[in-house]
Amino acid sequence: MEYLSIFVKGIFIENMIFAYFLGMCSYLAVSKTVKTANGLGLAVIFVLGITVPINYLLENYVLKEGALAWLNPEYANVDLSFLSFIMFIAVIASMVQLVEMIVEKFAPALYGALGIFLPLIAVNCSILGGALFMQDRQYPSIGEATVFGLGSGVGWWLAIVAIAAIREKIRYSHVPAPLRGLGITFIITGLMGIAFMSFMGIEI
Amino acid sequence: MSTDTNTAVETKRESLFSKKNRKLLKDPLDDSNPITVQVLGICSALAITVQLQQAVIMSLSVLFVMIGGNVIISLLRNLVPDRIRIIVQLVVVASLVIIVDQVLKAFQPDISEKLSVFVGLIITNCIIMGRLEAFALGNKPGPSLLDAIGNAMGYAWILLVVSIVREIFGSGAISLPGMGQVKFLPSSWFISEGGFYENNNLMILPPMALITVGLIIWIQRSRNQALIEEN
Amino acid sequence: MAINKNGTGYTFGFAIVMVVVVGAALAVTAMSLKPLQQANAADKKMMDILGAIKVDSQRDNAKALFAEYVTSRVAINASGTQVSVKQGDVNATDATDPFNIDIKKDYRSHKPAKGDLAWGNADDLNFPVFECQKEGETYYVVPMVGSGLWGPIWGYVAMEGDMQTIYGAKFDHKTETPGLGAEIKEDFFTVKFEGKTLEEVGPTYFSVLKGGAVTNEHSVDGITGGTITSKGVDEMLNRTMGIYLKYFNNEQRAQR
Repeated sequence: MEYLSIFVKGIFIENMIFAYFLGMCSYLAVSKTVKTANGLGLAVIFVLGITVPINYLLENYVLKEGALAWLNPEYANVDLSFLSFIMFIAVIASMVQLVEMIVEKFAPALYGALGIFLPLIAVNCSILGGALFMQDRQYPSIGEATVFGLGSGVGWWLAIVAIAAIREKIRYSHVPAPLRGLGITFIITGLMGIAFMSFMGIEI
Repeated sequence: MSTDTNTAVETKRESLFSKKNRKLLKDPLDDSNPITVQVLGICSALAITVQLQQAVIMSLSVLFVMIGGNVIISLLRNLVPDRIRIIVQLVVVASLVIIVDQVLKAFQPDISEKLSVFVGLIITNCIIMGRLEAFALGNKPGPSLLDAIGNAMGYAWILLVVSIVREIFGSGAISLPGMGQVKFLPSSWFISEGGFYENNNLMILPPMALITVGLIIWIQRSRNQALIEEN
Repeated sequence: MAINKNGTGYTFGFAIVMVVVVGAALAVTAMSLKPLQQANAADKKMMDILGAIKVDSQRDNAKALFAEYVTSRVAINASGTQVSVKQGDVNATDATDPFNIDIKKDYRSHKPAKGDLAWGNADDLNFPVFECQKEGETYYVVPMVGSGLWGPIWGYVAMEGDMQTIYGAKFDHKTETPGLGAEIKEDFFTVKFEGKTLEEVGPTYFSVLKGGAVTNEHSVDGITGGTITSKGVDEMLNRTMGIYLKYFNNEQRAQR
C-alpha cells in the first residue's frame, strides 16, 4: 500500500514539473509535438527509474555517515556526504550516455529531433532533484526508492505529453504572433501550475 | 604595433573589440537570450526570483561558474574523449560549485547560508551545461570566456526583471544583498492595518514567474520580429 | 606520437586521472576547511540560543556572550532524566558536551511515524537543555527540529524559570517558501510566542492555529498562506515538549 501511495504522490501531488518546477528547460523546449514529447518523457522515466535506486545504494552503502561500516568497522565515522552531488551526477551522466547510445542506434529520427536536449537530461534538474529528494526523505527500502523514481518519471512524462498535446491544438488558435510557440507555452504552464496547486498537501 | 607585422600573426589575433567578440557579448542579451530564446536555465528563474537579492546572488554565482567552466573545458577541449564528454563537463561544473560552496562556508558563512539552497540549482543549470556543449567544446578559451560572460548577462537581466516584478507586487518591497528586504509602501496602506492595499500573494508562487517570463517574451518578440516562430 | 583521443585505453586513462584529480581536490578542500566550518557552525548555534533569550550577538562576540549567559549545558534522555551536565568553555570537538548533540541528525534517523506525535524509538537519544542566567532570572533554552513543506525546520524556545511560560523563540528553515512559510524566521511570528504558556497535559501542549484563528494563552496564530509550515512548527513544538516536560516536571518536584 505504501508503494502505491508513493507512486501516486509522485505523479500528481508531488509532480516534478507542477509542484517543484524541476526539469523545465527540456519540458518547454521539446513539447512541440506529442511524438517527441512522448519520446523524451519515456527516456526520463527510464533514467529516473534506474538512477534513483542506484543512487540509493550509493547513499546508503558509501556516502552517508557510517555507511562504510560494512567494509570495515573502523570506518563507522567516515562521512562522505560532501561527495553526494558529484557521485549522483556521475551516475546520472553515465546513464544518460547509455540512453543516448541506445536512442541513436534504435530510433535515429528521435535522436535528431531531441538534439541537444538528450544529453541535457543529465542536467535535467528533475533527475538530480529525484536523487536529492530520495536522499533527504531517507526511504527505508530500495523498493520504495525505486517506486518514487518511477512515479516522479511518470509525473514528468504526463506533464510534458499534456503540454505537447495542448501546443499541437493551439497552433489552430489565434495566438498573437509574438506569443506564438514559446511565449504562450510559458503562460499555459503557469496556469497548469496554479491548477496543480490544488493537489498540494493531500495525504493518501 | 608597426604596420609591417607578419600577416599570419595578424589573422590569428583578433582585437578585443572585434565585431565577432562583440557579437558574443551582445547576442545573448536579446537575439539568443539563454532563457527566452535558447530555453535554458528556466528552473532557477522560477525558484530564485521571489526576491531581488536572491536573483543577484544567483546571477553572480552563475557568472563565476560559467566563466570557470567555459575556460577550463575550452582548455581541455582537445583532450576530452568523446564518449565521456558529458560526464567530464558535469564533473568540472560540480567540482567548481562544491569548492566555491566549501570556501564560502569557511570564510563567509552568512553568504554561504543564503547560497546553500542554490548550490544544487547551479550545478544543474542547463545554461552552464548547454554552453559547454554548444560552444566551449569547440572554441578557444578567449571566445569561450566572452561567451560565458554574454550568456550570464543575458540570464541575469531576465532574472532581475522577473524578481523585481514579483517582489514589488508580491511583497511590496525590494531587497538587495546586504540590505535585506525594504518595504517601500507605508504600512498604513495595508488591509491588515485598516487600509486598502493587499499584496498579490499569487506573485510569490512559482507559476507567476512563468507567466511573467511569458509576458517578457511577448514584449521581446514584438520588438524583435526576427524571433517570432513560424506556425 | 599521435594519441587516439577516442580510443578505449585513452578514455579509461582520462577518466581515471580526472577522478583522482577531482577526488583529491575536493577531499583536500573539504578536510582542510572543516575546522573553520565547524567553528562557524558552533558560533551560529550560540547566536541562535542567545537569540532565544533575546540577547543580540554577532559572530565575533558569540562565544563570549554564550559563556556569559549560558551557565550550564544539560543532557537528558527520553524519560526526562538528567544524563550529564557540562559547564565552562565549549569544545566543538568534544562528543560528550551536550552542546554538540546534533538533533537534526538524530531527527533524520529517528523520524516519527506518520500521525504519531512522538519520536520514533528515542530511547537511545540524548537531548540538550541550556540553562541561562539573564539579569538575575533563570531561563531554559530547548532546541527542536521538524519538517516544513519543502524541507527541515528548526528552532530554539526559551522557557522562563517556572518551566511553563515561553520567554522567547527563534525559528529557522532551509527551503520554505519565501514570503509564506519562510516567515517563521521573522520577528513578527516569534514574538507571538512570548508570554504564552504550555498546557499541563499532552499530547497537545501548544497549538499553532491556521492563520486568522482566535487564540488563547496556549496557542498562536499561524502564517496565512504558510499553513503546512505552521503545522510543522506545531508538530515540532509538541513532539519536543513531550520529552522536555518530563524533565521539567522532575526538576520542579526535586526543587520543592
